[in-house]
Amino acid sequence: MLTANTPQTIASDRVGDFEFSAYEREQIEHAIHHYAEPRAATIDALKIVQSQRGWVPDGAVYSIAEILSINPGDVEGVATFYNRIYRQPVGRNVIAVCDSIGCFLMGFDELYGSLQTKLGIKPGQTTADGRFTLLPIVCLGACDKAPVLMVNDATHFNVTPENVDSVLEQYV
Amino acid sequence: MTSNVNLGLTNVGPETHPLTWRYTKAGKAVLDIKEYEALEGYAALKKAAAMQPTDVQAEVKASNLRGRGGAGFPTGIKWSLIPMGPDAGQKYLVCNADEMEPGTFKDRMLMEELPHQLVEAMVLAAYAIGATKGYIFLRGEYILAGQRLNAAIEQAKAAGYIGDNLLGTGFNFELNVHLGAGRYICGEETALINCLEGRRANPRTKPPFPQQAGAWGKPTIVNNVETLMNIPAILLRGADWFKGLSQGKSPDAGTKMYGISGKARITGLWELPIGTTGRELLYTHGGGMADGYELSCWLPGGASTDFLMPEHLDLAMDYDTIMKAGSRMGTALIMVVDDKQNIISVVRNLEQFFARESCGWCTPCRDGLPWTVKILESIEAGEGQEGDIQTLQQLTRFLGPGKTFCAHAPGAMEPLQSALKFFPAEFAKGIKA
Repeated sequence: MLTANTPQTIASDRVGDFEFSAYEREQIEHAIHHYAEPRAATIDALKIVQSQRGWVPDGAVYSIAEILSINPGDVEGVATFYNRIYRQPVGRNVIAVCDSIGCFLMGFDELYGSLQTKLGIKPGQTTADGRFTLLPIVCLGACDKAPVLMVNDATHFNVTPENVDSVLEQYV
Repeated sequence: MTSNVNLGLTNVGPETHPLTWRYTKAGKAVLDIKEYEALEGYAALKKAAAMQPTDVQAEVKASNLRGRGGAGFPTGIKWSLIPMGPDAGQKYLVCNADEMEPGTFKDRMLMEELPHQLVEAMVLAAYAIGATKGYIFLRGEYILAGQRLNAAIEQAKAAGYIGDNLLGTGFNFELNVHLGAGRYICGEETALINCLEGRRANPRTKPPFPQQAGAWGKPTIVNNVETLMNIPAILLRGADWFKGLSQGKSPDAGTKMYGISGKARITGLWELPIGTTGRELLYTHGGGMADGYELSCWLPGGASTDFLMPEHLDLAMDYDTIMKAGSRMGTALIMVVDDKQNIISVVRNLEQFFARESCGWCTPCRDGLPWTVKILESIEAGEGQEGDIQTLQQLTRFLGPGKTFCAHAPGAMEPLQSALKFFPAEFAKGIKA
């Protein structure tokens, strides 16, 4: 009998050709050991795949479900819940601009506007050359150095329309 | 990143600044275990290991330490609700390091600059409650803190502070850093546990409380970073010393990480006696408002606290005093709103945050918050309809305490209800005649 927790077998044409690399598989199996149940490694697994591929393709959702012995729907539920998991392709660099109150009080609107002008994209979009994706993010916990943004894993402080070019230049 | 900590303070030492003295003394982050040990590091753990776990608990209870994550629940009482004894089974200790309350940046600093102090605190707390497994639930964006904590854990393992038979006590402990992937609701302790288990971070029904059935159904204690980092000093110097740290400024005990953001002359963090006034914080430590700006109002401790006005600056910033003034101390990192800001825009920004971060589990929050934003946007644009202000007032009640599944929406209503109270004319201006 199929229960809510029974992994589903999915026809491969629905999920595309997805296979973990040896590195991904090893990292995910390592993460599983940190917890009482494999399910707890869902976020780790999604992040491991994303760190290798830039985003989480559909096939990865099923492969993660399989390796953790959980329902693909549960993996998708987690993948779509958290701000930092991307279920669509993103650019080579993801700019996440803090739009919470600490940055808002210190000139977020001007910074966000200037970024959109400079890059020629709106939030949620990727530049035509695939170099940058622009997204908003919640408070990054550096309000004494607002405005703040992250590019990939690096946080940049006191970013203004005047000095944002020197931040962008660091990313190709 | 270097934070402005203890700026302008002299005579910083372990007797007065239990949270930050090592950072101030070293003049930089204390990352190496040898350096930490030379600054009284792991001394409290060694002392505790010679005590019974219940005696460690009793010392923390006697210290009157209250949770520094925002709610202010007494830590010793929280701990006393966990089952003890040989039949208690698997228990977990979780550090809530999912700092995401807008305006709050204290835990980032504490973890980046003093990772061993959190590791020591975790081991000590785990020993006290008998939890053999611990997780530091760290928000995914805190990359540097994660690297430094993981390095500290490895060093502590090699030094014998983490592992089996801790310091000859027979107590075994394993500690891991769990990285989240970004959602404000993970700060709610039952949502945090769901996230830790690899589920969507929806809050859980309470009761049962995590102390009875938390992670994987086992008794679990969730404590904030700053709360935990006070504990080694409490063990080392005693509950009475800790109570005296507030220097009579408050019935509450200890110091508190206070902070300032917004258009103040100096922004940053200061470890001060709990009960320090907002005026001392802003004017003595922050140097007052930046040139050309006047203080309009302030949030005492994050986005989910009610606005206070300039006349509230002389209140002691402790849990009960700020509560009596109609707000909450929250995280005690104040945000100053200057006179050049449109208060409606400020509130709209706050409510956008809460609307986006609602987990969607319960209807009033999921639907009420976007509705709130929509009304505020039209008032901001001068397109408000007759009755909009009354609707906002109704929403502050419908989304208030007891009407929703968790504290997310009631927290969202705090800045709105206080803005409606203090700035009625600004709201009225946005209603189309």
